[in-house]
Amino acid sequence: MKENIFPAIRLTLVCLLFFSGVYTLIVLGVAQFSAKNGKGETITHNEKKYYVNIGQQFTNDAYFYSRPSAVNYNAAGAGGSNKGPSNPDYLATVQARIDTFLVHNPGVSKTDIPSDIVTASGGGLDPHISVQAANVQVKRIAKIRGIAEGNLQQLIITNTEKPLLGILGTERINVLKINIALDNLK
Amino acid sequence: MNTEILGIILMYAAVLLMAIPLGRYMGKVFSNDKTWLDTIFNPLDKLFYKISGIDSSKQMNWKQHLMALLSINFIWFLLTMFILTNMSWLPLNPDSNPSMSGDLAFNTAVSFITNTNLQHYSGETGLSYLGQLILMLWQFISASCGIAIAAVVFFAMKERTTDKLGNFYFLFVRTSTRILFPIALVVALLLVFNGTPMTFEGKDTITNLQGDTVQVSRGPVAAFVAIKQLGTNGGGFFGPNSAHPLENPSYFTNIIETISIFLIPIAMIFALGFVLKRKKLAWTIFGVMTIGFLLLLVPTVINEMNGNPAISKMGIAQPMGSMEGKEVRFGSAASAYWAINTTVTSNGSVNAMHDSLTPLSGMNTLLGMMINCFYGGVGVGFLNFYIFIILAVFISGLMVGRTPEFLGKKIEAKEMKIAMIIALLHPFLILVSTAIASHLYASNPEVYAGWLNNPGYHGFSEMLYEFTSSSANNGSGFEGLGDNTPFWNIACGIVMLLARYLPIIGPVAIAGILANKKFIPESAGTLKTDTATFGLMVFAVIAIVAALSFFPALVLGPIAEYFSIY
Repeated sequence: MKENIFPAIRLTLVCLLFFSGVYTLIVLGVAQFSAKNGKGETITHNEKKYYVNIGQQFTNDAYFYSRPSAVNYNAAGAGGSNKGPSNPDYLATVQARIDTFLVHNPGVSKTDIPSDIVTASGGGLDPHISVQAANVQVKRIAKIRGIAEGNLQQLIITNTEKPLLGILGTERINVLKINIALDNLK
Repeated sequence: MNTEILGIILMYAAVLLMAIPLGRYMGKVFSNDKTWLDTIFNPLDKLFYKISGIDSSKQMNWKQHLMALLSINFIWFLLTMFILTNMSWLPLNPDSNPSMSGDLAFNTAVSFITNTNLQHYSGETGLSYLGQLILMLWQFISASCGIAIAAVVFFAMKERTTDKLGNFYFLFVRTSTRILFPIALVVALLLVFNGTPMTFEGKDTITNLQGDTVQVSRGPVAAFVAIKQLGTNGGGFFGPNSAHPLENPSYFTNIIETISIFLIPIAMIFALGFVLKRKKLAWTIFGVMTIGFLLLLVPTVINEMNGNPAISKMGIAQPMGSMEGKEVRFGSAASAYWAINTTVTSNGSVNAMHDSLTPLSGMNTLLGMMINCFYGGVGVGFLNFYIFIILAVFISGLMVGRTPEFLGKKIEAKEMKIAMIIALLHPFLILVSTAIASHLYASNPEVYAGWLNNPGYHGFSEMLYEFTSSSANNGSGFEGLGDNTPFWNIACGIVMLLARYLPIIGPVAIAGILANKKFIPESAGTLKTDTATFGLMVFAVIAIVAALSFFPALVLGPIAEYFSIY
């Protein structure tokens, strides 16, 4: 036992120094050459700073809605709903979101609502919605802002993030970016 | 072809292309052959040995290996307990997070030294940056421990009679510095340049476009995420793990992180082939594992992409599949792919919430952990598979009337007893502890109302999942479970301890005993272990021992839930 304990203590301390210390400092050092020095990617709009990758709550009818969030887009304590697929309370919540969506978006057919806009994301901070979830909101926003639907559809096309290299993964829309672009339309 | 499907095919192909050369490199590292990184790492490793006062050339037998491993793990436990219960006054705590309670610190310390990374806290509020860095250290070296001890078993499988099986510290240090460190560095830098933060500043406060004020947690995330993925650790920097947009900001980072889950577990199999010079055996093992993995993967991807039938009934569209608990930037195919990757390998990181998976997908993630050797955790995945090989050799030997031999060594009663105890330990731990928890809940549902986030069958699955994840040293969760209570902290802690160390001791003991036996050269009467027939036998043993013992529990949870909504 003794022949193992002392080398173990010393080896642990060397590892602490190397992996928690040296490794961390190398990554931290190189991070100083990345965008925003590793403090999180941000964009500035009207002299205000926003995190590009952190989704924001959009409930105002004049903006594209973001997805529901189990933590109200509070990025100091992120999380999902952890509701199971058969949970009756959860299914009632989704049904209520669909009903609310239909009230705020008159003229939209239920079958056009994609599920991502009425379900909560895993981290509760999803910065994206699907392209279909943006399209289904065009009528409402056009009416409130007095913009032609065609202009909004154009906005959606220019703000669509394509799959990686055009072939891998999903098509999506960054809600913050499209809403900033929406404010800039006027 | 569907771009989401193409994404997951690419991820698997990329892993395989990298795992073969990495396996060759790892074999060289274990065997002390020359590599092009020696000029950097020879002096570094010497420094490690010198400061630690270790003679890295001293040969150890299997008992000495185990003593070295257990001693150093014990030191890690004490150090973690101290740091976690004193974080509030120690440095690197810009957000003024509190220290952990005793039971939570016990659970977390055990969880990280056993390579499990079950988290009953949330990183944003539960840890200081010092706490995060200490846990990151275990993510490196608990992984090296598993890999080093698996390498000892590789050495024991060689065609010779010996009790000298290399030096534990030598294998451990080399694995840490020459395998994990360089790969983690590359992954961390890829993440840093693709939007993952790396800073020691605390929370930032911003006002949203709509006018709400929110806080944004940050930290040294990139360094942490890289090794959490590579070492089959899985503990997230933030609460929602790699579903958090700062831990995993884009589809590109998701590819990098997903590849990192499988890379070393698969490379380990090829390393075995190189060390033993038995490539065909490595490919047989790889084949069995891959078939098992695909059997779990394909239905999961299909189920998630088809969506939740209970939501279809509401009359809306599910073009992206079942999206509760998933991120739009990944989509359901990449989320399902990750879910199976992370559960078959004992990684346990998530990029979508497993509690919200459709019932049969939830079952497949459970099965991945119950079998726990389709690729498996770094090092220990192979040890689990080794147990099934021993069982299969013995059963096949009986079936064809030959003496059971594996790689020229006779398998006798003692080895079989150890193998059976280890094979049955996993179902025993999971089923008994789930039964106790279910009994407590059922006999007093009001007192324990905070445990379950979902009623009925799914609530049972939440408890089953927690203990399965603990016993598989996986660390993912059906996170709706209210698990930061003394019962769950202590019960899961005990399960994790037993399920880590006994399945290391057992295979190492078997391999050590076999290595000491007389070597019998291959003859016409030898049962060949590198053939498809033998692969099929191993698969059958896994199906019977691992999967069937869990079938009744799965019927009560996910299967019952399936029939309630389909």
